[in-house]
Amino acid sequence: MLYREVGQFKTTYAEDMAIFPIRQDRIALAILLGIAFIGVPVLASFHIWPFGSEYLLWAILLPFLILALAAIGTNILVGYCGQISLGSGAFMAIGAYSAYKLATGVHVPLTSHGFAISIPPLPVLVSILLGGFMAAGVGILFGIPSLRIKGLYLAVATLAAQFFFDWVFLRVPWFTNYAPSGSVNAPELNFFGVVVRTPIERYLLCLIFVTVIAVLAKNLVRGNLGRQWMAIRDMDIAAELIGIRPLYAKLTAFAVSSFIIGVAGALWAFVYLGSWEPLAFSIDRSLELLFMVIIGGLGSIMGPFVGAAFILIVPIMLNVLPTQLGVPLSTETITHLQFIIFGSLICYLLIKEPHGFARLISIGKEKLRLWPFPY
Amino acid sequence: MIALGQFLEVLIGGLMSGVLYSLVALGFVLIFKASGVFNFAQGAMVLLAGLALVRSLDLLVANGFPLWVAIVLGIGFAAVIMATTAWLIERFVIGPLINQDALTLFMSTIGVTFVLEGAAEMIFGSDVYPLRLFPTDAWFVFEGLFPGGILINKLDVWGALIAGILVAGLAIFFQRTKTGRALRAVADDHLAAHSVGIPISWIWFVVWLVAGLVALVAATVWGTKLGVQFSITFLALKALPVLIIGGLTSIPGAIAGGLIVGAGEKLAEVYLGPSIGGGIEYWFGYVLALTVLLVRPQGLFGERIIERI
Repeated sequence: MLYREVGQFKTTYAEDMAIFPIRQDRIALAILLGIAFIGVPVLASFHIWPFGSEYLLWAILLPFLILALAAIGTNILVGYCGQISLGSGAFMAIGAYSAYKLATGVHVPLTSHGFAISIPPLPVLVSILLGGFMAAGVGILFGIPSLRIKGLYLAVATLAAQFFFDWVFLRVPWFTNYAPSGSVNAPELNFFGVVVRTPIERYLLCLIFVTVIAVLAKNLVRGNLGRQWMAIRDMDIAAELIGIRPLYAKLTAFAVSSFIIGVAGALWAFVYLGSWEPLAFSIDRSLELLFMVIIGGLGSIMGPFVGAAFILIVPIMLNVLPTQLGVPLSTETITHLQFIIFGSLICYLLIKEPHGFARLISIGKEKLRLWPFPY
Repeated sequence: MIALGQFLEVLIGGLMSGVLYSLVALGFVLIFKASGVFNFAQGAMVLLAGLALVRSLDLLVANGFPLWVAIVLGIGFAAVIMATTAWLIERFVIGPLINQDALTLFMSTIGVTFVLEGAAEMIFGSDVYPLRLFPTDAWFVFEGLFPGGILINKLDVWGALIAGILVAGLAIFFQRTKTGRALRAVADDHLAAHSVGIPISWIWFVVWLVAGLVALVAATVWGTKLGVQFSITFLALKALPVLIIGGLTSIPGAIAGGLIVGAGEKLAEVYLGPSIGGGIEYWFGYVLALTVLLVRPQGLFGERIIERI
């Protein structure tokens, strides 16, 4: 009785085409955003349970938001456009390092030509967004092979991006401003006078980014472009025959996806890590993002949030649980057990629900429509 | 002549190490051919086989068995472990996921990778275990032609020999035996094979078993080269470009791809590396694979991709 669209009459085209046409969805979203934007900061600033320490905010909510953002980016490419990518970690790295270079000032000495290109340090917000655009540019470049290569071959081809950029950021000292250890520190997070320092401020910053980009993405995938992507995903030749340009559709998917992943990478480096090495964006990160997308649900914007929560929280639970229960195990055994349980859980989920949590959510909605009379 | 000697040495070393990559890539090809599963767990299977072999070997030798008995028993034990793994994977992961799309199957093998890595290290330990099955000393040839001769690692020669025997054996198995014919039928069309009475789950078990045994062979060679340790799982990532260049469905392709990647990355490291910062072995294979794919999207020896509506 709670969730049904009966009686919600649409009298204008605008209402009919709203992002969230069902009133209950809007209410649920408003409650969720209310909790996220007001509830969590208020609880955290008064240290009310479960925010007694900063652990929950720092170690769970902050990485959750940023990785969910990156997973949305991955989902646009993999879930909506059907181009399997194992290079998401590299695009996060490109976002992070471009933002770092722009925020600390770019200086390219062209000694052979007798002059140098210098860009003064840019504001942090501009750097993060430009980092995203940088990633989008590289994304388009590495998206070009997708016009010829398909499926799993493309997946391995995107690994080329992953390994190449791992190497570039490790070996080319220009990107790390010649830091001797190869690790770089994020600049002060100064947003036009507002300095973000405490975990609560960092959380709110990421939340704003995630909300804005998620809404934009949700809007994009239901429009013309999103439908082109989905047509390409479902059957690219048929899509081409009905007049969708694969070049345009695929490359825009690569660009949008890489932009979002790049922004997420910049946030991951600047807001969460603070100081980082290329290892933070290795192939493991790419696989992790792909897991989030698949477990959350391919082709959905809500799914990556659930997937990110799952992938992030399960290992933490597996870490905490044995000590909580008082099981005497060596740390090594616990690590190995974690591997086994995590792997089996992934296989189990894939077997039980190959379409991810997003599918479970929509099944739940269907059930709610009929509840409590299942006729 | 020194330059030529060095070139030949790098080339031969590269070709030989490429063959070792092929050993890992073969396992991928076998499973992909027969079930369309892109098996990311091949590296973990090499680790598992290697650990099972080296640990049982150590135990048997410590209990006073003569070396050759220990080797035979150790290989037998590792083979049994791989057979059990194959059965478990088929029964609990690949079987239930029949008819899912390739990406889901691929991700499930990553799940399998986690389980295998965790289980192998929990049961058999997680140190570096040296394995001494093949001679590892160097060998100098053509000393009359080039000053100092050309250095060849004996282990690499052994590896190449074994890979050759393995490919010949697999070719005979696929072409001449009844099971091999059934395997090719399943690879061609699951449904048609099923409807003429070929038991698909049995065939998949056989394929994973053969891939497991190939992993065991790879483990004996790589274990001797690097010692059996966790980093052996990264071989899977090294084998991917090999696989892509050769084509996902071709056994000779895996060997040819291995030769190309091995020679290419060693030559690039020696001749290009110093000018752009070294360590390019790390990604060179992938860039090579990307270039090959742009020309031939199905790899050099892969089956032509025919698209229908």
